Amino acid sequence: MCTTCGCAEGDTTIEGHTHDHSHEHNHHHGHALMATHAAGISPSRILKIEQDILSKNNAYASDNKDYFKEHGILALNLVSSPGSGKTTLLTRTLDHLKSEFRQAVVEGDQQTVLDADRIRATGVKAVQINTGKGCHLDAHMVGHALETLQPESNSLLFIENVGNLVCPASFDLGEACKVVILSVTEGEDKPLKYPDMFHAAELMLLNKVDLLPYLQFDVDQCIAYAQRVNPDITIIQVSATTGEGMEAWYQWLRNQHKSTLTDKQNQQ
Amino acid sequence: MHEMSLCEGVIQLIEQQASDQQFNKVNTVWLEIGALAGVEIEAMYFSFDAIAKGTIADAAKLKIIHVQGHAECPACKHQAQVSTRYELCTECGHYPLDILSGEEMRIKELEVQ
Repeated sequence: MCTTCGCAEGDTTIEGHTHDHSHEHNHHHGHALMATHAAGISPSRILKIEQDILSKNNAYASDNKDYFKEHGILALNLVSSPGSGKTTLLTRTLDHLKSEFRQAVVEGDQQTVLDADRIRATGVKAVQINTGKGCHLDAHMVGHALETLQPESNSLLFIENVGNLVCPASFDLGEACKVVILSVTEGEDKPLKYPDMFHAAELMLLNKVDLLPYLQFDVDQCIAYAQRVNPDITIIQVSATTGEGMEAWYQWLRNQHKSTLTDKQNQQ
Repeated sequence: MHEMSLCEGVIQLIEQQASDQQFNKVNTVWLEIGALAGVEIEAMYFSFDAIAKGTIADAAKLKIIHVQGHAECPACKHQAQVSTRYELCTECGHYPLDILSGEEMRIKELEVQ
């Protein structure tokens, strides 16, 4: 159990997080349970609660958001199904923007530090969260990862979520927005099959477009499905392997980063 | 299977309530879950029993109040029941519809001792 905020780690492990340092963000844990009641049977009563089940996660997310805002950090939550090419896309992005931005990565996977190793090979600092049996990152895990990672002010922070198009949709991590990556080797109807994720994302990167000549993937249909779930979604077609379309993604990042810095200045 | 995490969230909120409102046993937990909340109800029941074990809600009964999806068309103001986020207005074909209910994921009430 974490001695600072009292959190039980469960199956989750965070590289470099030993639970022996101070927290920067506030925790709202209420572990003081089992109030001292004398023996005896008290009558049952009904309590009206009306509390959102995700309220705890949302409180941590709001702490993370404040931290990002205060430090001018653009945090993006990258979500996709496994095998969409998320890590390849990320390493190419990090390499390309290395000279332009300070960058850091939080990697989420059930097991192994393989992805964090791939990120670190680009020279960008990364911390791996292994969720064990967990199918998504939550705001509390990310808060702990930030303590270890210490992303620099005015940097880009990429949070690569566990490969899963369902569960990460519900969990706010405090990010500026979710970026969903869909590859053309998947079905074009993914946006309709997993509408919550495409509804929650601001940007969709349609990856592996270099493979289109070999596939029966209807790009227009896919885009129409995504827009039906989310009419405001921005869509960029890319190939992380050949680099096709990547410049539009970099430009999108630059624009987002600029508005993060403007928000920081307005706050001061 | 994020229902496991959701149940952990439920238990944490109950523990907090237990210290705030002075109770030491939970008999029944009522949750309100909307049709558009992305929650698998069966998985909730399954996870709750597993997660509640050894906590203040051990042996508590979980009751889930299902909230139907309800939406209004921003163009023609027609209201209708919906089961997905991307349904078209049955009157004028417009989308997206404004969701009025169905996204709930709430602890509604507790029966405690």
